[in-house]
Amino acid sequence: MEKRFAAPESVTEGTSAAAAANTWRWIGIVALIVIAAALPFGLSKYHVFELTMVMIYAIAVLGLNILTGYNGQISLGHGGFFAVGAYTAAILMHRYGVPYWLTLPPAALIGFALGVLFGLPALRFEGPYLALVTLAMALATPQLLKYFDTWTGGQQGINLAKPTPPAGLGLDRDRWLYFVALVVLLIAIRTAANILHGRTGRAFVAIRDHPIAAAAMGIDTAKYKTLAFGISTLFTAVAGALAAIVIGYVSPEGYSLFLSISFLVGSAVGGIATIGGAIVGGFFIQFVPNLANDISDAAPWAIYGLAMLLFMYTMPRGVVGTLWPRIVKFVAARKIAAQFAVSQREGR
Amino acid sequence: MNAVMFKSHILVFAVAGLLTAARGGVCMAAEYSPGASDSEIKIGNTMPYSGPASGYSAIGKSLAAYFAMINDQGGINGRKIDFISRDDAYSPPKTVEVVRKLVEEDQVLMVFQSLGTPPNLAIRGYLNDNKIPQLFVGSGADQWNDPRRYPWTMGWQPSYGTESRIFARYVLDNLPDAKVAVLYQNDDFGKDYVNGMRSGLGDKAGKMIVATQSYETTDPTVDSQVSALQASGADVLVTAAIPKFTTLAIRKVYDIGWRPTQFVNSVSTSVGSVMKPAGAEKSAGVMSATYTKDPSDPRWQETPEYKDWLAWMKKYNPSVNVADALAVYGYSTAQTLVAVLKASGDNLTRDHVMHVAASLHDLSLPMLLPGITISTAADDYAPIKQMQLQKFDGNSWKVFGDVIKGSGR
Repeated sequence: MEKRFAAPESVTEGTSAAAAANTWRWIGIVALIVIAAALPFGLSKYHVFELTMVMIYAIAVLGLNILTGYNGQISLGHGGFFAVGAYTAAILMHRYGVPYWLTLPPAALIGFALGVLFGLPALRFEGPYLALVTLAMALATPQLLKYFDTWTGGQQGINLAKPTPPAGLGLDRDRWLYFVALVVLLIAIRTAANILHGRTGRAFVAIRDHPIAAAAMGIDTAKYKTLAFGISTLFTAVAGALAAIVIGYVSPEGYSLFLSISFLVGSAVGGIATIGGAIVGGFFIQFVPNLANDISDAAPWAIYGLAMLLFMYTMPRGVVGTLWPRIVKFVAARKIAAQFAVSQREGR
Repeated sequence: MNAVMFKSHILVFAVAGLLTAARGGVCMAAEYSPGASDSEIKIGNTMPYSGPASGYSAIGKSLAAYFAMINDQGGINGRKIDFISRDDAYSPPKTVEVVRKLVEEDQVLMVFQSLGTPPNLAIRGYLNDNKIPQLFVGSGADQWNDPRRYPWTMGWQPSYGTESRIFARYVLDNLPDAKVAVLYQNDDFGKDYVNGMRSGLGDKAGKMIVATQSYETTDPTVDSQVSALQASGADVLVTAAIPKFTTLAIRKVYDIGWRPTQFVNSVSTSVGSVMKPAGAEKSAGVMSATYTKDPSDPRWQETPEYKDWLAWMKKYNPSVNVADALAVYGYSTAQTLVAVLKASGDNLTRDHVMHVAASLHDLSLPMLLPGITISTAADDYAPIKQMQLQKFDGNSWKVFGDVIKGSGR
């Protein structure tokens, strides 16, 4: 169990190799952003909408990765926090006429606060026990949403007015929302990277790898575990708010237990202790069920399960968790070989 | 004289012939929206083939099976039906995605019989904004009959409110001095019945409805609600509840020695899961309403309509149980659509198809109860407004009385 969560950062082959990998990584990241920005102009509106959902799921999975991958706390309840974000946005837009983009900060705030509150009792539970506690959140969400129907619209849900893209950009609604999601995703990734590659992130990983040793080193484990919960649910709630804006409708049926499980699957398939894995996870959540349905009407979930097995068997640390260290190693090895060749020649 | 008449006849025939030719000429230039062509008509649909509501997927199977038969018979006005039904797992965000795919990628002419209230609410705005028919919605909620705000969305089955107005009609005609109590589920489904009862009783509602009580689906029992309703002195009880609570209510009413005239809603009339568990002597005499023929009722089994139905079930729809009411529902909605498409002729634009769907006049279908017909108008998007009352005799349901119309909104 512990091994599976081992951070790819532990793969370091000397400073020059790491620097080389870093350069390549930046080139890769910039190329990806350029492609992401150009993509909507070459695709139909429907495919743009699908990719928008991929990015939204990626933000949610990123939140889960922070908690489960980096801090070792398993959550089966993130669909519930996704719903909290969605309903925050929906209620603010529908009842108070708040513009859609202004609903993201309150969704983040409420997501964070609820996560911290939820993180407090979670301190007492570990591993499968925590999974069960969070499962309660996922199970209760649809029914609670129906119960508070004066706020949530009950079974009927809430229909939201479609956001209008700013005039003058010449973008239609789908492409505009794509860019909104892209910007939020980039901010989310940058924020996650800052947190995880710094002091806080090291504390998260230390607690995951060995809580007693972490405490002995002076890390306030209770504080960091709660913080990990709060940050994680903040990301997921923002994703939920974005999803409500893009879909234009919220109702209890949209936030079943299956959504929470989907997030965990996406997280594991992408690479649970990686940031890039969240994007792969987003693709998996959005496309694999549809692909499975296209392959077999009769047993789409059998195909889905098969795809999951295949991924986990061939890439046990997820797509990014397995491939990225190999790429780093490959680049480093070539760099070392080149340097070796140069030094050999100079030596002669 | 005779010759003149003969001549004038010829003239009339000639003019008629010319007119026909001219009309034929107009018809030749068929008009199409995306999804229709000389050879096919694409119909989109969403259905919960997976997830908690997958029991309803028998409807989707029946729709596909009916269109398969129509295609085998040569299609509609020479065009084959391409029925594209996709799984939305009853999850509204998924429905939005699937419907966008149907409209933008598959390019369907319309969305037909998508199942469930929340999934249909989720796509109503999108379909109306883009002027795409959302025909014969698979839900009994009252809100599909709102042509002024949603001119592209039309229901099909009698709505919960219509059903409640039919109960009210019976009470007004047969028990004019009744005191009515209503037990309802505290959500839109239950409230549709309360509102229907109020509008059905009209200006007498204030006097006749003496008590209402609601329950939450999380309540363990409805004992206290039933006792409170009895204490109101009511002699008619309308229960608008899902099956489990209907059973509990029927039992409690009997156990406390209350003997009102009882109505239960059509959602909760299953003999096996509601009436029998309540107990034969406790549930005997309970009334409800229905609009389709029960395929297991021996009364119909010698009729040609039933034999056609059975032949279709055996050849095209063998995976669905012959006694399944959902198959009757799918069969009848598919027939309604086929009638609309036939009447649309060669003008298969979305606008025209919607116009035809809103101009149905006394269309009768083989598996609807005799006397129940489908009528619509530009300001009336409730195709079925009639039902017939039925009474439980401790063993099975028996329809009685005339077909009653629960008109109005």
